[in-house]
Amino acid sequence: MSASAAAAPKIRVASSATWRLRDRIGLGFAWLLGLLFCAITAAIVIYLLVQGVKYVRPNLFVTHPAAGFDEQETGGFLDPLIGTFLVGAMAMAIAFPVGLGIGVWLSEFGRPFALARLTESTVEMIAGIPSIVLALFGTLIFQSPALGFLSRSAGGVVFGRSFFAAAAMLSFVALPLVVGSVREGLQAIPGHVREASYAVGKTKAATTRRILLPTARPSIVTGAMLGFGRVIGDTAIIVVLLGATLRFDGAGSTPLLGTLRGTGSTLTTYILQNAPTGEGNQPTKAYAAAFVLLMIVLALNIGAGLVSRQGKAMRWS
Amino acid sequence: MELKPPPVRRLPLDPPPTAVAGRAPASPFTGAAHARARSSTFAIDRMQVDDVLVAYGQKPAVDHVSLPIRQGEVLALIGPSGCGKTTLLRSLNRLTELTTTASQQGRITLDGADIASLEPTALRRRVTMVFQQPNPFPMSVFDNVAYVLREQAARRPKRAALDAKVREVLAHAGLLDEVEHDLRHPALRLSGGQQQRLCIARALAADPEVLLLDEPCSALDPQSTQVIEDLIVKLREEVAVVIVTHNLQQAYRIADYVAFMYLGELVEYGSATQVFGSPREERTKEYVSGAFG
Repeated sequence: MSASAAAAPKIRVASSATWRLRDRIGLGFAWLLGLLFCAITAAIVIYLLVQGVKYVRPNLFVTHPAAGFDEQETGGFLDPLIGTFLVGAMAMAIAFPVGLGIGVWLSEFGRPFALARLTESTVEMIAGIPSIVLALFGTLIFQSPALGFLSRSAGGVVFGRSFFAAAAMLSFVALPLVVGSVREGLQAIPGHVREASYAVGKTKAATTRRILLPTARPSIVTGAMLGFGRVIGDTAIIVVLLGATLRFDGAGSTPLLGTLRGTGSTLTTYILQNAPTGEGNQPTKAYAAAFVLLMIVLALNIGAGLVSRQGKAMRWS
Repeated sequence: MELKPPPVRRLPLDPPPTAVAGRAPASPFTGAAHARARSSTFAIDRMQVDDVLVAYGQKPAVDHVSLPIRQGEVLALIGPSGCGKTTLLRSLNRLTELTTTASQQGRITLDGADIASLEPTALRRRVTMVFQQPNPFPMSVFDNVAYVLREQAARRPKRAALDAKVREVLAHAGLLDEVEHDLRHPALRLSGGQQQRLCIARALAADPEVLLLDEPCSALDPQSTQVIEDLIVKLREEVAVVIVTHNLQQAYRIADYVAFMYLGELVEYGSATQVFGSPREERTKEYVSGAFG
């Protein structure tokens, strides 16, 4: 009796050769699309990089733009560059605290239930509104006489275009991102961590302030950075509500307030203006500005990625 | 709907009478050692659970349970999963209220005062809790303890002012020697056993009268478990300790009193020697001998 032959276990071979043809074609197609997508993105970045390096000159960063017909006359993009950061900072100064408050309330409190759901849908709706629509709505608000102190007015007619107006409407562009990342950060914290705080006699407010928000900080910072990136990349609101004037055109003589009440531009509108189809038609300047804008946004995105990864290093088992 | 216990497998628990003539039934845990001196030195009544019913929606999780909780003793709540041990534990410091569907009847008193009449935050400083999963806050060891030491609404004391107290609390939980060199070490980088002792330190920092432990060792290795068990036995002199555990050996090692729960009911409450040695109820007998659960 050959006991060893009878006891030998069956060896099962699992092989990808068992994939059906349709599945294999599907997988190949997915790969192809993925690579194509990467290639297109790489092409955009590399193209702008090459163009940018070709046309970026240090003095572009320090010269005011001017009207003119050739490269020597039209100056640099100092004003749009400052305008970009100015309007971004102002928009975030509104969007960040508001978004933080909404995010915390939705995630941690959310009472009354119906109001919370309504707020949630509203935030989602804002995320879907094209910025040009927001801009149009902004003119309606900021041209009202009651808000005349926020922009230039002449003879009772309110101009309605200023850094204040643009930043206020741009804050709606950043708001959904901030709310989303705050909620995401808070919801990633397990419930037993909240309970641990309640179980030593802490209130919900103290728990949120001292435990939850510090824990969610990386996610919140990420949201703020992405929001900032979105704001400085917007064009429509700048054209309609900031005037897209070549230089800062202040209203009134107070140093900073005058500028903020006046019109100006950002890198996006500068690019729009100097693109081959634009009024200025200085493509080399447009490429240089696009390169700078892309670098800022890329830096923000990479920074956001680093911050959020740092937050994931420490987690509960 | 009336809940009926499922039929359980009967094991021949009792040897033939001839074999045990004249002898008390042997404990199933004769191999395990007690971690403490059996003699109950003194015991003060701290809490009294009086006919308490906790329900989630319509379904009762804790069904008319009454038992005392005494300082100087470790009370272990044992029973199979879903029998209401944890719910009972959470109702002792009103954490059940955080679950919106939970409702409660009956009375729980702390030093004679109905806990329903106390401010929840004040109650939870007096009856603190340690959870199954080690859950230190994602900050330094120092800040974990200091967070609890800082009273609500009081002016925030400076770090230096809290330093001595933090060290004292950490020493109390038997953790100071291991973390003293670096109190700014992130708490989440400690080992699991150290994290859980930090959680115990955190719970002790509120200077509680009752310490609730919800399966504090279930996520830990045997060595860390032993360190924590020793700590629990040491702590019972200053605080009343209630521990929920799935581990019968653990209950046998550290508990002075044991409450066996089954399907929300308190089946048997008695001294550990009695519950493990000569259980009065058939279901207790079956559970502690390993017939089910």
